Amino acid sequence: MNYAYYPGCSLKSTGRAYEESMLSVFEALEIPIEELSDWNCCGATAYMSISELKAFALSARNFALAEQQFKGSNDVNLVVPCAACYLGLNKARRYLAEHLEIKETVDGALKQAGLHYSGHVHIRHPLDVLLNDIGLEKITAAVKKPLTGLRVACYYGCQIVRPYAEFDNQHEPQSMDKILTALGAEVIEWPLKTRCCGGSLTGTVQEVGLRLSYILLKEAKKRGCDVVATACPLCQFNLECYQSEMLKSYGEVINVPVAYFTQLIGVGLGLSSKNLGLNRLFTPLKMPHPVKAVQGGQRVHS
Amino acid sequence: MSTVKGSSNGAPKIGVYICHCGINISSKVDVFKTVEFAKNLPNVTVSREYKFMCSDPGQELIQKDLRAGLIDRVVVASCSPLMHEATFRRAVAGADHNPFLFQMANIREHVSWVTFDKEAGTEKAMALVAAAVKRISLHIPLERTRVSVHPDVLIVGGGISGIHAALTLADSGKKVYLVEQEPTIGGHMAKFDKTFPTLDCAACILTPKMSAVRANPNITLWTYSEVVGVEGFVGNFKIKVKRKPRYIDESLCVGCYDCIDACIFKKGNVNDEFNVGLSKRKPIYIPFPQATPLVAVIDDKSCLEFKTKKCKKFCVDACERKAINLNQTEEIKEIEVGAIILATGFKTFDAHCVPRYGYGKYPNIYTSLEVERMVNASGPSGGEVVLKNGEPPKTVGIVHCVGSRDNHTNKYCSRVCCMYSLKLAHLIRERTHAEVYNFYIDMRTPGKGYEEFYEKLLNENVHFIRGRVAEISDWTLTPEEEGKLVIRAEDTLIGTVRRIPVDMVVLSVGMEARSDADDVRRLFNISCSKEGWFLERHPKLAPVSTFTDGVYLAGACQGPKDIPDCVAQAGAAAAEAMALIDRGYVELEPNTAFINDELCSGCKTCIGLCPFSAISFDNIKKIAAINGALCKGCGTCVAACPSGALQQNLFTDEQIFSEIKGVMSYV
Repeated sequence: MNYAYYPGCSLKSTGRAYEESMLSVFEALEIPIEELSDWNCCGATAYMSISELKAFALSARNFALAEQQFKGSNDVNLVVPCAACYLGLNKARRYLAEHLEIKETVDGALKQAGLHYSGHVHIRHPLDVLLNDIGLEKITAAVKKPLTGLRVACYYGCQIVRPYAEFDNQHEPQSMDKILTALGAEVIEWPLKTRCCGGSLTGTVQEVGLRLSYILLKEAKKRGCDVVATACPLCQFNLECYQSEMLKSYGEVINVPVAYFTQLIGVGLGLSSKNLGLNRLFTPLKMPHPVKAVQGGQRVHS
Repeated sequence: MSTVKGSSNGAPKIGVYICHCGINISSKVDVFKTVEFAKNLPNVTVSREYKFMCSDPGQELIQKDLRAGLIDRVVVASCSPLMHEATFRRAVAGADHNPFLFQMANIREHVSWVTFDKEAGTEKAMALVAAAVKRISLHIPLERTRVSVHPDVLIVGGGISGIHAALTLADSGKKVYLVEQEPTIGGHMAKFDKTFPTLDCAACILTPKMSAVRANPNITLWTYSEVVGVEGFVGNFKIKVKRKPRYIDESLCVGCYDCIDACIFKKGNVNDEFNVGLSKRKPIYIPFPQATPLVAVIDDKSCLEFKTKKCKKFCVDACERKAINLNQTEEIKEIEVGAIILATGFKTFDAHCVPRYGYGKYPNIYTSLEVERMVNASGPSGGEVVLKNGEPPKTVGIVHCVGSRDNHTNKYCSRVCCMYSLKLAHLIRERTHAEVYNFYIDMRTPGKGYEEFYEKLLNENVHFIRGRVAEISDWTLTPEEEGKLVIRAEDTLIGTVRRIPVDMVVLSVGMEARSDADDVRRLFNISCSKEGWFLERHPKLAPVSTFTDGVYLAGACQGPKDIPDCVAQAGAAAAEAMALIDRGYVELEPNTAFINDELCSGCKTCIGLCPFSAISFDNIKKIAAINGALCKGCGTCVAACPSGALQQNLFTDEQIFSEIKGVMSYV
């Protein structure tokens, strides 16, 4: 199967570690993937709230480019790691498929640029590709350094499963849990998997945004997690970069590493920390000491 | 029955009557123009209009013309035949003419109510009048036939609705078969502790009726049984009932519990259905102490003897009356009844379907039905409201509208949840003195004494928070929340999001149609609403009848209902059945199929197609034969007959073709 990679702005900037780790993991699992040439903004940012039509046109240009670049194949799988891009592109794809009047206007705009979108692009999240196309069996077979004893809080954020539950349960998503469990990690029971991280509120109404992020981390820490695994560059940024602010506002030392789920997969597959962008984490990821015994549900390290 | 006059000599004399229906028709159809148009149609001798044809003066207009010999056939252009065909047929018969020399053209539902264009409406009305005029010349006088009604009644479902209907009919001397699929009657009501708003003990008011059913010689009670076959028609249904083997002779067992005490399993090992899974029962059991009939039952899916054939069968030895018969087999009973009352009830909403409320995930979240059992003295905790750790809760949250008034689950209001939530709040507070929080969207208490009950609760220091609960979870913000279930909801009265930490949550689950409702619907040939509730014939004027004559509805199988409404509806259904039986006969419409013996080739195509088994094969003549009493006039055989031998009264080929010609030729 052919995979086209759509990075979006984040994976080339604040989310570089996401790109580095995802591409390394795909390479290690021998999944062919090729970056979309000349891609542009997905439209998910201010466009969507000001003019949906413009946002759809931006998305559609990416779709048209993808069909052009992968001319030989009937359907193009566009792999979109950023949760905001994933939702924005998915919304555009659905609106173009279901609303003829939008499709006609967008077609007109594309035509002026000498482009055409015929509706054969599928928006795929890397979680979806890894679980449903590659499969746990193949991933498990490639494990070199199992994540044994690593207690992970799997954080999906709000956008991957809502409003469109394309590949996972809307209320209780499981795909990341399954993949990281297959790598040997211990996924903790944590009821905040899809609760809001604060999104862009951390930059606009900080006290509100900060509180939302704090709730997630405080609860994860209380439940003894070693790392929060994320699938979204903004979630990662909010949860990781504001921990010192949380100390100031709530007087609580958090000090919990927040890594992309692809980084944790990479560690399990034995890839180098440089290739996984682990050096970019503010709070370094520490692997647990080998587990000695389990007493009363509490881990005891040697 | 009417006599026929003047319908055979010479050309027909047709009277056409156009109705204004106030302005319902006349605002979109030029009635006067249509009258003038009709006057010029062949064989029309009278053409009139009137404000309301269905009124007495309107009907008299027709009768006067018939009596004066001006006309001998009648066409009325007004509303749907569903509304007034019977009215006008009666009017025609009242003037001593055959009521089937009448045809109705629907120019309201089919014309004026569905157009804004008066010119187009008038044209269509004229076309429909022309069609009716063309067809009426070919009508022949027909006679209705009478069939006697079997006086017995079948009632399906032994909850409070079925019980009440059965007792009402039996008390009037009717013979009733009451069929219940569980080992006992009593239904949901038997599981409740108290009933709102009077706080009567549910068992105290229900069990006397249950034993009255058992004792009444007019009632044949078949529990652990299902209806598996329904044939026939109103007044003459042939029913097959499957009696599942309970492996205990009902006539010998006295419900002494000796066999249950003797069972090789010292403790219960199967989820107890009566306690909605909160306790265990043995494979041999009596559902509850007042079960009716008080007869043990062996569940062959969990009994060791049925699973391994190696049980020591202590139960058999323990029974002094030798009532246990492990060789009992399924039995099919065949009965005949004149009327059927369906009282098959409901199921409660599955709370797992709202994952954000944590049912099944957190231990101290219960459904309302589970709490009903918990507060019941004969329930799994002996009437104590306790947490999983055995401690009584200090704080309890009751969440209304779980699976009701929700676009993601059921849109409708389940009608009973507000009131039973109030009742449970009262009972929980009475037993535990816990702080109780009710989370509601709107408080719906329309009923006798219901609003007063709500006010009583307000004075019992129960907390009421108006807002739909967003989430029930165990993540915390403050030390006080640690170890609690936190209910998050927007309090829309003070305009803020609240977090209420509680020890126990009660999810007030709504009512849903039973999962087998669709099978039951097919079996009895009735309709369901899109939510699965059995459909009444008319929501206001025929609330217990169905579109199948002789089949009536009672209780929550027709829609969410509380006990008073179920009982009222059961009484109404019993009265409808009684009216049918006491009349003693049903008149069958003459629109049945008939066979032209000359043309029938005996191919038998029609026999298998008939949904009412009305066609048989005459082995002597080697042709098909129709039982007119069984034929419901559906027309399936007529359409299927390859040689055109089958025709249907009022729908002969000539009549239908002439109607089509009428539509096509005049406009």
